[in-house]
Amino acid sequence: MNTSLRNNGAVVLSLAAAVLLTAGLGLALLWAPEDADQGPSQRIFYIHVPVALTAYACFGWAAWKAFRLLWKGDERADLESYTAVHIGLIFGLLTLVTGSIWAKISWGVWWTWSERQLVLFLILFLFYSAYFMLRYSTEPGPRRARTSAVYALFGAVLVPVSFLAIRLADQLLHPAPIFNRDGPQMSASMFISFCVCLTAMLTLAGAIYLIELTGKRIDARLRELREQLA
Amino acid sequence: MTGYLSDVTALARKDLLVELRSRDTVPAMLLFVVATLVVFHFALPDDSSRLAAAGMLWIALLFTALLALVRSFVAERDEAVIDGLLLAPCDRSAIWLGKTLSVFAFLALAEVVALPAFALFYEPVTWELMAGVALANIGIAAVGTLLGAMAAASRARELLLPLLFLPLAIPLIVGGVGATLAENPGRYLGFLGLYDLIFAILSWASFEYVVTE
Amino acid sequence: MIHARGLARRFGDKRVLTDVDVDVGTGELLLITGPNGSGKTTLLRLLAGLIVPTGGELEVAVDRARIGFLGHEPLLYRELTPLENLDLYGRLYRIPERRERIGMLLERFGLWDARREQTGAFSRGMMQRLALCRALLHEPDLLLLDEPFSALDAAGTELLLEELARRTPSRTVVVASHLPERLGTTPTAHLALGSA
Repeated sequence: MNTSLRNNGAVVLSLAAAVLLTAGLGLALLWAPEDADQGPSQRIFYIHVPVALTAYACFGWAAWKAFRLLWKGDERADLESYTAVHIGLIFGLLTLVTGSIWAKISWGVWWTWSERQLVLFLILFLFYSAYFMLRYSTEPGPRRARTSAVYALFGAVLVPVSFLAIRLADQLLHPAPIFNRDGPQMSASMFISFCVCLTAMLTLAGAIYLIELTGKRIDARLRELREQLA
Repeated sequence: MTGYLSDVTALARKDLLVELRSRDTVPAMLLFVVATLVVFHFALPDDSSRLAAAGMLWIALLFTALLALVRSFVAERDEAVIDGLLLAPCDRSAIWLGKTLSVFAFLALAEVVALPAFALFYEPVTWELMAGVALANIGIAAVGTLLGAMAAASRARELLLPLLFLPLAIPLIVGGVGATLAENPGRYLGFLGLYDLIFAILSWASFEYVVTE
Repeated sequence: MIHARGLARRFGDKRVLTDVDVDVGTGELLLITGPNGSGKTTLLRLLAGLIVPTGGELEVAVDRARIGFLGHEPLLYRELTPLENLDLYGRLYRIPERRERIGMLLERFGLWDARREQTGAFSRGMMQRLALCRALLHEPDLLLLDEPFSALDAAGTELLLEELARRTPSRTVVVASHLPERLGTTPTAHLALGSA
């Protein structure tokens, strides 16, 4: 285990995230042109989509760490994978909230089953909430680490499979064309604003990840020390 | 290879024998699935479409499967018999495959009753529906057995399994309902086959990790 | 055969075993004593490979297939008969001439007449005898016995002592018991675990 629990990376990333977020929001709100169809409400796109992609990145990272744990027996990967799921779940919830707000503004409803990404995030939200239930109701130890890792790996596989399932379900249940709001017709300024926002969200997630990981490691250390004293 | 298969057969045969003696699971499944089909009649308005009936059948089958999965590791867990199996020199994945086969058999038995009952109460059963059910059974048994082992080792046990399983079962429901209703059931059957393949391999490979320390 | 240094195991926050050294050579008989809660069961489960240590090093130089384990639980299906239970294990351990071996063991431990009865109705003593049959079925090189005398009557104890007396140079035995005086033969090694 890392003997130093101080984390300079987290500090740097936090500062970078603050700067990038300010810049990204500034660009998205002031510089990027207004969408012809949807008006100002379309600007939630610069939050919603980066948040969603960041959530995917977190779940992917969790699966990668889970794989490392199972394959290489890297015990540190357990906390890393757990933390990544934790952050991913928060960003996933944010995706659902921002998506819901967008749906309300665009179509006057808080929820629509015809928005595939939103449905997928609902499934993932249920899935990763179950991950927490699994973790909390299993005794800590190498077995819990591996069981959680297996479940986190299943999550990474569930994403494309569910995506395919939702497409198939749409064709069956909603023959009408799907709303398409983030097509390729992005202007250069929109694309740049989007990229800055995405980088900002990823940096923010990275910073929270490192801080949370440090916290969880301190917790674990504290428990060990308390035991040695007992 | 033949050694592996004989381990699997011995383990699956043992599960069937245990069920034959105790009659804990299959009779409960049969009663549950028929009762559910009856309850659904009162939940659906009279002029409901055949689409609603098909969707309902799949929900009934899925929830019935949960009964089998919740019970799947009870014999191993209660008397810690799983330790005996883990001590044995057989490959741990053989334990998963044996259990998956027995769960599949229980599901098939329940459906032998459920599908005729569905035909009697609601809609005729098509070949596509039967193919969909068979393919979905593979996925349910494969993933459910792995998750059943996870849940059996947890404190929440029976409570945890549906939470773990339902998000993973959504694609199966999509494939099953699609195979039942769509004009081109081939795509949905293919999707079910793909799901089975991916998740069976994944479950087979990861079972050892969730049962050993 | 067994080599352990500074062996430790905890469950959650509870330390069950700390800093245990074990050295057992082939053909030895190790007796582990200690009060309730001193970690005898945990140590045997560690040796069997059912759990992994949380500290220290452990080396058991024998294949999983050559370990015979008798724990608190009989590790048998209550819905099945003695024959069916042992047949399952016989298949998994790939025992040649399975039927003969099973018949002989059931005979020796006085269970032949009950061979077709469901074990769910067995008394604790009969279950313990059957569990011994299971542990001995594949003629293990390393035999791990956790409180083997519990629930055994005088005749059962006699049978077990007979089995332990038939010591062969290739068979290593580890017995955990809080009643060491019942062990007829003299152990070649002794490990006393303190209270936790």
